[in-house]
Amino acid sequence: MDFETLSLVGSVLLVLCLATTAAAILNRFGSSGLDHGLIERLYGRVKAWWLLFAALAGAFLVGKAATVFLFGLLSFWALREFITVTPTRQSDHRTLFWVFFVCLPLQFVLVGLEYYDLYSTLIPVYAFLLIPARIALSGDHTRFLERTAKIQAGLLICVYCLSFAPALLTLKLPEYSPQLAEPNLPKPTFDEWAYLPTESEVSRISGGEQTLQEEPNFTVLSDGATPPRTRPELALIAESSDPVVAIEGTLAEPRQNTTWAKLRLLLFFVLMVQLSDILQYLWSKLPSKHIIAPTIHPSRTWEGFLGGSACVMLVGTALWFATPFPYWWQASVAALVTSIMAFAGSMTMSAIKRDRGVRDYGILIEGHGGVLDRIDSMCFAAPVFFHLSRYFLAAGVL
Amino acid sequence: MNLGHLPEKDRALMVDKVSSAETLPSGSEEGTDSTPPLPFHSRAVGAILTLLAKFLSGVSVRWVGCEPDICQRIYFANHTSHLDPIVLWASLPPPARRLARPVAAKDYWTAGPIRRYLATKVFNAILIDRTEIKVRRNPIDVMLQGLGKTHSLIVFPEGGRTAGPNIGPFKSGLYYLCRRRPDLELVPVYIDNMNRILPRGEFLPVPLLTCVSFGPPMWLEASEPKADFLRRAREAVQRLKDLRTDS
Repeated sequence: MDFETLSLVGSVLLVLCLATTAAAILNRFGSSGLDHGLIERLYGRVKAWWLLFAALAGAFLVGKAATVFLFGLLSFWALREFITVTPTRQSDHRTLFWVFFVCLPLQFVLVGLEYYDLYSTLIPVYAFLLIPARIALSGDHTRFLERTAKIQAGLLICVYCLSFAPALLTLKLPEYSPQLAEPNLPKPTFDEWAYLPTESEVSRISGGEQTLQEEPNFTVLSDGATPPRTRPELALIAESSDPVVAIEGTLAEPRQNTTWAKLRLLLFFVLMVQLSDILQYLWSKLPSKHIIAPTIHPSRTWEGFLGGSACVMLVGTALWFATPFPYWWQASVAALVTSIMAFAGSMTMSAIKRDRGVRDYGILIEGHGGVLDRIDSMCFAAPVFFHLSRYFLAAGVL
Repeated sequence: MNLGHLPEKDRALMVDKVSSAETLPSGSEEGTDSTPPLPFHSRAVGAILTLLAKFLSGVSVRWVGCEPDICQRIYFANHTSHLDPIVLWASLPPPARRLARPVAAKDYWTAGPIRRYLATKVFNAILIDRTEIKVRRNPIDVMLQGLGKTHSLIVFPEGGRTAGPNIGPFKSGLYYLCRRRPDLELVPVYIDNMNRILPRGEFLPVPLLTCVSFGPPMWLEASEPKADFLRRAREAVQRLKDLRTDS
């Protein structure tokens, strides 16, 4: 584990410990004057964070497949909560079977296999066509559009959107290589622009002394083939005269760094979502109140939204060192957009809850809310954060 | 669940019941069991089935004005799905589960070796012959024999699976059973949402969430007419249903 990962994990642990201590102190001494329900809710939140963090850490250590599987399980549980509170008719039974046992697993398998083209279209194109067709085949046309829309909304929010969180692990990052730090070694010559660091990144790492060639070289290997896309290190091995340098310096290290960098990106995203939840909530507790939509969410205020988002943006900027983003402002923008989408997510899911007349999606654990209540903001933020990162990390675009 | 309409006492009681659901008073077992203890393999299969049923149905268990106990009881529930007995059986805490015997139809549960094994060896079910009801082998006698001095029963007094979410009228078997054993506690149970998980006529389950609510025990009053008793029993289940859907 490298320094950035250690410091990010360390700061998360520190914040969690602080939150636990604060909750414990409030619980013991804050009985007078403070709302007891608030403290209990805080306690529940902190417990849920520890659980989430422990599960994520465990999955990270096992590997990418385990992380994808973990999010698949979360998605499964969220979808069953969603469909449980959404009334369906008995003739939708077989359609629901398809949704649960074909669409959901397939989506996460495709994410694990990194088939971007397929997993970004599977649900909004193919599943969305399958659902009305299968309902039509059942021969029941009562409230047809409504039933179709309900199942489609559940699948989109709980499965499709959430699957973009583990998909962050499949992003192509700009390769970090020791050539940037040590100018004596041969430069990476590779025909894929995505692997070339930008000028500013070079100056950031090497202290502004090193400049890069304007045009990338097109390397031709001895057998006349161009180097394969996904293995830039092959080109380096072919060029480097010293095999030890080639293997130690460029083959083993960058791979390790890339894996950890991707995990840090996912952790950064989860952290930003959770922070925007709690910061927007805390800012909403301020005395002057301009409630956004009292019928949807009686405690969400404009102060909470704006103040919380600003704070999240600041924290995101401070954590830029741990993200793979080349520029600091990209971390700020990503954090801000995450906060806005998290807000949109919890407002939307609240609207659905109000419509159905339930307080929480979870009927599983008494008084603790459901999985969907915890991850509604993550569902909305994941695809937007994913595409933003994808754009930012394609070095050379900016 | 919304408990807003319950009086404060009941709400406190219920929270208490939920937290104490796993801890049962022990050592109060009385009398000797007429049936031998189940072999290891059937207990292992039972444990696996319990886990599977809990995962597939995401069952949450509520004890409303009732506490899990190992005294002799009759759990009577609404019936919409083949999975009902398994889910109800799995949602009892282990000491009570070992004593609970579902009453099931012989023709369904003896068709094929797997069903027969599950019914006789795992659930320790009391099988009732629906096709051939003889005077000498009266279903009530079979149930009373199966009850013995320690066991409890799981019955579905609607007599079969109902198609919709509504609770059908109760058959009179429950009344005759109570006439013979008026000491038994009658515990109403409402199983929510099973008609969506595995409805009548479907063979593949959809993993939605279900909830099993146990209500306050009731008894057959002295000289209570049959129709009144059956209506009272059905209303007890209906009340648990309204508690679930009320919001």
